[in-house]
Amino acid sequence: MLNQFMSYLGSNVTPGSANNQLWALIYVLIIFAGVSVAVMAMNWLERKALAHFQIRLGPMRVGPHGLLQPFADALKLMLKEDIIPAEADQFVFWVAPLIGLLASFTVYTVIPFGPSQAVSDMNIGILFMLGVSSLGVLGIVVAGWASNSHYPLIGALRSSAQMVSYEVAMGLAVVSAILMTSMKTGTGTLSMLGIVEAQQEQGIWFIFKFFPLGLIAFVIFAIAMIAETNRAPFDMAEAESELTAGYHTEYSGLRWSLFMLAEYAAMIAVSSIAVTLWLGGWMRPFPNLLHAPAWDFIFSLFPGITFGGLAAIAFIGTARMPAHSFFKVQRIGLAVFAALLGFLALLLLVIAVAGRSADTSLAARFNEGIGYVYWFVLKVAVFMYLFIWYRATWPRYRFDQLMKIGWKVMLPISLGVLMVTAIVGVLVS
Amino acid sequence: MSSHTTDSTRNTAKDTTSDVSNRARSHLDLETPEKPYLDSNELIINMGPQHPATHGVLRVILKLDGEKVLGTECVIGYLHRGVEKIAENRTYTMFNPYVDRMDYVAAVSNGLGYCEAVEKLLNVEAPPRAKYIRVILTELNRIASHQLWLGTHALDIGAMTPLFYTFRDREEILKIFERYCGARLTTHAFRIGGCQYETYAGFEKEVKNFLAFFPPKIDEYEALLTTNRIWLERTRNVGVISGADCIALGVTGPVLRASGVKWDLRKAQPYAAYSEFDFEIPIGTNGDTYDRYMVRMVEMRQSLRIIEQAINGMPEGPIMGKVPKVIKPPVGEIYHSIEAPKGELGYFIVSDGSTQPYRLRVRPPSFVNLQALDIMVRGLLVADVVAVIGTLDIVLGEVDR
Repeated sequence: MLNQFMSYLGSNVTPGSANNQLWALIYVLIIFAGVSVAVMAMNWLERKALAHFQIRLGPMRVGPHGLLQPFADALKLMLKEDIIPAEADQFVFWVAPLIGLLASFTVYTVIPFGPSQAVSDMNIGILFMLGVSSLGVLGIVVAGWASNSHYPLIGALRSSAQMVSYEVAMGLAVVSAILMTSMKTGTGTLSMLGIVEAQQEQGIWFIFKFFPLGLIAFVIFAIAMIAETNRAPFDMAEAESELTAGYHTEYSGLRWSLFMLAEYAAMIAVSSIAVTLWLGGWMRPFPNLLHAPAWDFIFSLFPGITFGGLAAIAFIGTARMPAHSFFKVQRIGLAVFAALLGFLALLLLVIAVAGRSADTSLAARFNEGIGYVYWFVLKVAVFMYLFIWYRATWPRYRFDQLMKIGWKVMLPISLGVLMVTAIVGVLVS
Repeated sequence: MSSHTTDSTRNTAKDTTSDVSNRARSHLDLETPEKPYLDSNELIINMGPQHPATHGVLRVILKLDGEKVLGTECVIGYLHRGVEKIAENRTYTMFNPYVDRMDYVAAVSNGLGYCEAVEKLLNVEAPPRAKYIRVILTELNRIASHQLWLGTHALDIGAMTPLFYTFRDREEILKIFERYCGARLTTHAFRIGGCQYETYAGFEKEVKNFLAFFPPKIDEYEALLTTNRIWLERTRNVGVISGADCIALGVTGPVLRASGVKWDLRKAQPYAAYSEFDFEIPIGTNGDTYDRYMVRMVEMRQSLRIIEQAINGMPEGPIMGKVPKVIKPPVGEIYHSIEAPKGELGYFIVSDGSTQPYRLRVRPPSFVNLQALDIMVRGLLVADVVAVIGTLDIVLGEVDR
């Protein structure tokens, strides 16, 4: 076992490709923990950002600036009574949130956070990803059906109607990106790693490829992915003001929180697909123009600088807290949090400096890996912010209007983009 | 319905509605013929009285085919307090605060209507200064009421943010009310014969500040909604009602004007000091939800115009007319109505010559306008029902009284 553990170190392929189950398991655990933490952070960030959009403060009481709110929420939800309505289909009601959760977490097995920072490099990665992430809708439909109640049923029906209308356009947009992978080599790839590597070889993110074709395909995908995750303005499956809570009206406590976990995990997952397909995945900005070792070093400082900035914000927050003794505990808490962030920043900077020589030492490889994951997560974070922004800005579409957009607008455009991409691709090569 | 239960075990649990809905079904005008259980049945769902979008305790029984609305029935009375009966056991002065509790977001308008009705019965008139104060406060209240409508209406359609913006700005109006009479919501601002309070020092300045403060805020709301594609899609051609239908149902206020009928009591039967001001009545053309939205948005700007003229031309003088200590109107009856933010608010008072009304009947705009819900939502989708409830701008305190 130790042998299996040691043999992978220094490898530059994914554990799946190296056929190393132990490291695959370690990666799965890391990703599971990371996504769960990201969901918690996202929960706090969404409430804070949304509140500031709406001239409110958001959570302020549980911990400094409400930082402990997600933990309090999680604790509360776990301690709540577990209710299954008497008329519900017990087994299906029980299994529905798990379907959603499994679907959104399984996707992460093929998401490449870096060239070797992925559980597995599946040769049909993107198909796997689309297939599995669409399964999340099954969880919603099943939940609405099993609740045996009117509002959830309507929510479930809306969700299925929603799915048939955006999935086709979404798939076609993805295909046009896959077409682009075949540009230099002549053979395209469905592997997630392969798609990013194709962008690296061609020296361009696919969003800018054949401008504006890549951009249009990306926009279609970006719209469809909001619909896929049931977020505003396409949140009709849970439409609070219409269906009270839609498909999860009858759910409470832990089961409800599983739905929320699945929703946020799915948001991160689909954003990851978009980043991989169009925004160059783990690549840092301008790897082809600014490729001198000096630039590599400058860009490798970014993770440390980011955490340093966060630490600075937390320190400023500490300093600005009222001096009243009532806030003493909160002030200490925030200071400790800021110190932790600062420590992380320092650690990342040390790694960046230690690993700046382009040798194959562990520090250099570690430094490289951190860079990959950092740029990937940063790009995903932009999407996360957009999700919140959309929610704060837009009213909700009616589900027949979404179907109209899906079939009458997005489908023709994505078909057109696909055909033009193919034609242009043939002409160029 | 009983034949259903014998048909199957699984599906009856889905299709058979609760006892309450069954009773509701029996008096819905669209009876479903009994069908074998494999046929698709209409779904009867109960919206409210606890529902985020029914603006209080309105219960709407919806009959759906999929999501299409085949018919609705409103069940009201959850907030019934017997206001009209209370009036018969109170003196005219004692009843004055009660009217604030009907349309509690436009309490000043309610008070104005009641005071003017009693004044008409007594045959006294409020002095000019009192009338001007009344106009200013009433128009401020109209704006506050429209702000609340806008926020909740947008929230129903899914836009969360306007709610907070409107509540932030409504606060400025409520502050003026609070400084004027000590209350923010149920103001009891006016007295029979005039006003009890003279304006406070700085009233003029604060109102003028508000006049400068508010127009950019309306622009802000409009920037979020007026040309928003989703908003347009959700409101255009939704809940259309013709002017003739409005008149037939007695619908008044912005709903009537959005259908193209130029009827505003401030112009048609001027009361208070409205005949002295220059303002316009916005009207719509299609009678859809978007027109009603636009009418109310323009109305807010027109209200600002009225307030500006009133605050600049405020006459000096007393604020109370000659009203006897004990109000004992002569035997007779009176109907007086004003243009409340939601429509025609009328008071019908029968006096038997005593200190208490023999009978007092309120014509609440919300109650009458709510009738239009059914014809407005038939054939639309569930999502439109909440949009239409929002656009009707009902307050359940006024519907149920």
